[in-house]
Amino acid sequence: MRSPFRHSANCVPALPCFAAWLYATSARADAPMGYLSGNGPRNVSHLTWGLLIISIVVFVIVIAILLIALWRGWWQPKITLPGTAPVYDSPGGVRAIYTGLVLSALVLFGVTVWTVATIAGISSPPQKPRLTIEVTARLWWWEVRYLSDNPAQIFTTANEIHIPVGEPVSVVLKSPGVIHSFWVPKLTGKTDLIPGQTNVTWLQADTPGIYRGQCAEYCGLQHAHMGMEVVASPRPRFMDWWREQLVPARAPTAAAAKMGNTVFMQRCSICHTVRGTPAGGMVGPDLTHLMSRRTLAAATLPNRPGFLAGWIADPQHIKPGAKMPMTKLSGPELNQVRDYLQTLR
Amino acid sequence: MSDVDYFRAPVLANDTQALRQRLEKLWEGEPGIRGWLSTVDHKTLGIRYIVTAFIFLALGGVEALIMRLQLAQPNQSLLSPERYNELFSIHGITMILWYALPILTGFSVYLQPLILGTRDMAMPRLNAFTYWVFLFSGAFLYTSFLVGAVPNAGWFNYVPLSSEASDPGFNIDFYAFANILLGISTTLSSINFIVTILTMRAPGMSINRMPIMSWGTLTISVGSVLSVPAVSLAFFLLWLDRRFGTHFFKPESGGHPLLWQHLFWIWGHPWVYIIVLPALSMVSQALPVLCRRPLVGFSLVALATVLTMMLGYGVWLHHMFATGLPNISLGFFSAVSIVIALPSGVALFAWLATIWSGRPVFTTSFLYFAGFIVVFVIGGLSGFMTASVPTDWQLHDTYFVVAHIHYVLIGWNLFPVLGALYFWFPKMSGRLLDERWGKWSFWLTFLGINLAFFPMHLLGLRGMPRRVYTYPPDMGWNTINLIVTVGAFALAVGLLLTLINVVRSLRRGALAGPNPWDGDGLDWAIPSPPPPYNFAVIPMIASRAPLWERYDSKRTEFSSLAYGYALDQGKEALSTTTLDAMPKAIVKMPEDSLAPFLLSVVLTILFAALMTQSWWLVILDGLVGLSITVGWLWPRRKLAQTTETLP
Amino acid sequence: MTTQRVVIGAEKLPVGSIGASAPGWWGIIAGIVTEAALFGYLLFSYVYLAAQPHTGAWPPELPSLSLAAPNTIILLLSSVAVWIGERAVRQNRPRTQLVGLSVGALLGLVFVGVQIVEWKSKPFTLASGPYGSLFFTITGFHMAHVIAGLLMLATLTAWSYRKYFDETRHAAISIGAVYWHFVDAVWLVVFFTLYLTPYMSA
Repeated sequence: MRSPFRHSANCVPALPCFAAWLYATSARADAPMGYLSGNGPRNVSHLTWGLLIISIVVFVIVIAILLIALWRGWWQPKITLPGTAPVYDSPGGVRAIYTGLVLSALVLFGVTVWTVATIAGISSPPQKPRLTIEVTARLWWWEVRYLSDNPAQIFTTANEIHIPVGEPVSVVLKSPGVIHSFWVPKLTGKTDLIPGQTNVTWLQADTPGIYRGQCAEYCGLQHAHMGMEVVASPRPRFMDWWREQLVPARAPTAAAAKMGNTVFMQRCSICHTVRGTPAGGMVGPDLTHLMSRRTLAAATLPNRPGFLAGWIADPQHIKPGAKMPMTKLSGPELNQVRDYLQTLR
Repeated sequence: MSDVDYFRAPVLANDTQALRQRLEKLWEGEPGIRGWLSTVDHKTLGIRYIVTAFIFLALGGVEALIMRLQLAQPNQSLLSPERYNELFSIHGITMILWYALPILTGFSVYLQPLILGTRDMAMPRLNAFTYWVFLFSGAFLYTSFLVGAVPNAGWFNYVPLSSEASDPGFNIDFYAFANILLGISTTLSSINFIVTILTMRAPGMSINRMPIMSWGTLTISVGSVLSVPAVSLAFFLLWLDRRFGTHFFKPESGGHPLLWQHLFWIWGHPWVYIIVLPALSMVSQALPVLCRRPLVGFSLVALATVLTMMLGYGVWLHHMFATGLPNISLGFFSAVSIVIALPSGVALFAWLATIWSGRPVFTTSFLYFAGFIVVFVIGGLSGFMTASVPTDWQLHDTYFVVAHIHYVLIGWNLFPVLGALYFWFPKMSGRLLDERWGKWSFWLTFLGINLAFFPMHLLGLRGMPRRVYTYPPDMGWNTINLIVTVGAFALAVGLLLTLINVVRSLRRGALAGPNPWDGDGLDWAIPSPPPPYNFAVIPMIASRAPLWERYDSKRTEFSSLAYGYALDQGKEALSTTTLDAMPKAIVKMPEDSLAPFLLSVVLTILFAALMTQSWWLVILDGLVGLSITVGWLWPRRKLAQTTETLP
Repeated sequence: MTTQRVVIGAEKLPVGSIGASAPGWWGIIAGIVTEAALFGYLLFSYVYLAAQPHTGAWPPELPSLSLAAPNTIILLLSSVAVWIGERAVRQNRPRTQLVGLSVGALLGLVFVGVQIVEWKSKPFTLASGPYGSLFFTITGFHMAHVIAGLLMLATLTAWSYRKYFDETRHAAISIGAVYWHFVDAVWLVVFFTLYLTPYMSA
């Protein structure tokens, strides 16, 4: 009679194939939030691969033992229950437990040491960070403030963090509201932003690129749409970006944009800041250089005119529960505001 | 002369028909609705616990399936964020609190008196009370649906998200009061188990002859007694912060949000062991019978159970690795979280050795126990991975953890429960479950859990966070989510097959007889289903496996099952000493009583009154409750609680 | 090889609730363990918040011992009275039993009264800050346990009056007494933590 486990024996060779597939898929670039293909000194993919390989090996060994035990049992003379059946008490099985215990203890001890060493290795940056940014979690977006000893160099932006490649950046984490968590998988693990407490983390990108992050602690209605992007570029390019960000908004010249400017001051300046204009609202993101960002609404939408207009017209449709209300702009007003915003490069 | 002899030498007698008839009359419950409300029979209560817990499993399951429909594809709008957040919160709350322990409590309430060789739990009216409170606390929680205020801050309910400023409605208050009410039930049923297991074992059942399942239940009962107050306190303090302006958790005034997390997880981590250790001990109890040999390393497994519970108190910070803790704390708690795998490993090796050196019988229950080992290992390994802090910093709050928790909850709790169901259903109902339906249900459930939850490891490694009502289409999560949804439905169908099996077999299952699996414990020495008094004579025990003594050719001393203590001068049981189980006292057991039901109604009303701040109702209800309690505890001559010479 | 069935004989056994055979005795011990854990978590919360950085002093002012210290003595004396009452029932001295229990209850009532006066004299409230929230919650939980204990003692006194108990049958009194002693012991720990430790670090 054929064993019901004849198919499960195929599990064992399938496991290495699975591991290979896992490696291939998680290392691919189409997993923007996957950390196994990250870089920088805080990348812990080696530890993860180590733990994964240990886990897979343990799994294979244990399941092999199980399947062999079942196989052996299957081919014994049949016992049918309900009924009565003899009982066998063969001694010596306890040795198997001790063996398993000792082997497990060795592996676990080794992993503990590796873990503690890794914690020590990644907890502090390799050199003192030249750049410190302060991230404040809002509902549901990231306020980012670039700090400097020179007050004239300090500015605030939102949701898109630029950093220089190849050096550590210190990130000071604050939250006035609820708990959030700062996480850019390819560059650093999670650190919570906790009201009443200031946490500090750091990250470093060794390769230029764009790295996606997301809030990783349930924070309410739009936790799902609280993303961010970290853009790492070589230091000279980074400094150029910084200098551009410091420049106040230039007054618009085109007619439509000028009218949009007026509407903006009337309707939007209560919540938003545009440096160089009277708009000084502190509730929503700073829009001074909105067009320099790749995304809108905390990495929810691409920053393109159609999406921008759609967002302004009805934020509740895209992010229900977001603190930005429906603006109820008329069609022409909407286009004008969009045109004005598009001058904020 | 009083109607109760207050000192008596208990009589040893043979198990005869006449004795059984006498006991039947003494122990039969009241008929009708009054009997239904007032029963204190642990077997009825145990089955009620099991059925009610399975109802909560079904509710939690439906909540999950709806969420999986929403997440099958990116950017769907089947559920608004409000609804989704309520669903994931109530799903977790229902499963972890109203299903996971109560199902095990139900099996223990049913089985402990049987495997210990006694007539009922130590405190039968308390047993009834804890059931009713469990039922009403769940009803209380689900009333939140009727008023549109379902808890929505996650099952762990972090502040400040769950504070009044963030969540002003009744949502969190429903959770708080339902949780505290359930905590009362949990604590009291734990106390009942501790007293029963330590004082009511059959004579000769010294502590080293106690069944492994009793080790599991005893361990977690002590665990609950120590840890439940932490979460009850957390919710109470939260209620004060929300409604009375206190400052425990408010950082702006000197409180701290992390105090919530500490109190919650100091309970929460031990809790996850509390909801699995009894299930593991059911595997340890039943698997050997199906392998036709005693459990390998019994003492080691018992020790490992206790050690796991103890170590479980030293790992709670691993839920808080991302909160900005100092390295020394991270290192210590990571180390303990890794090392706690060792005692779990002991049980695993014991089961493997038992199957290897035994003669497995491939019944459905055996399949569930064998399949359980596979999911047990996967769940344990994903836990081992996240125990390592740097890895946890990437995997925390992602679907990797969702995979882990479902493997350990479905794997370490539901699979053993299903195996236990197929194993003990014959004892409870007198009929066998159908093996063909059983095997189909096993394979579909096994396929379902792996299809639904294995891919979640990948989702986590690819960075999908938890508790998101939708996700963007370009993250590489789409296909996996679809597979997960299909798997979830497969799992549901697998469970449905078991339900159908149960319903069919209750009517037309094959008759089981007292011992269909040729089992080793005292539960198999009595009829299926057992008579209300369980044992006509209290047996005297000579070994750990009384019904298998006849297979031991070297044995000279045998348990006495057909000759023992009659204890038929009323509803009586025997209490014995803690370590050696020598007879100590004759316990008078209470008759059916409405007090447990009434008091649980009063208690639930009290909590509703507190939640709605109806102070007059609180006072009135409190007075009613007090009167019922005093009446319940009133010293009764029939229970030999008063002096003999009372006029 | 001779085989035999094991027989475990028993002499005359007590029937029903006697001393440590009573399920209620084990129940109250386990209940005490769980309530002790509750107070442990309350005091953990106190220590946790006390250890946070503060703008002002912690506590805002040193707690006055003028009422709390004598009140502690009163509670201790009430425990002694209850102990005397419980011992009396074991020695079949019903009058001493009644006196012990009722004096214990009375002293407990005095404790409650004095504590209410002390509460009213505090310059802070439940909602004035974390210290106030902790102080009133911790002492409030204790007060609730005292009141529960008083209800027990009152009931036990009434049952004693109706001569329900004697030297063998008095499980209820032992159970109530051990609970009362627990309430007293908890007060000592609470008193030490809330009232004395501020003086130790002042």
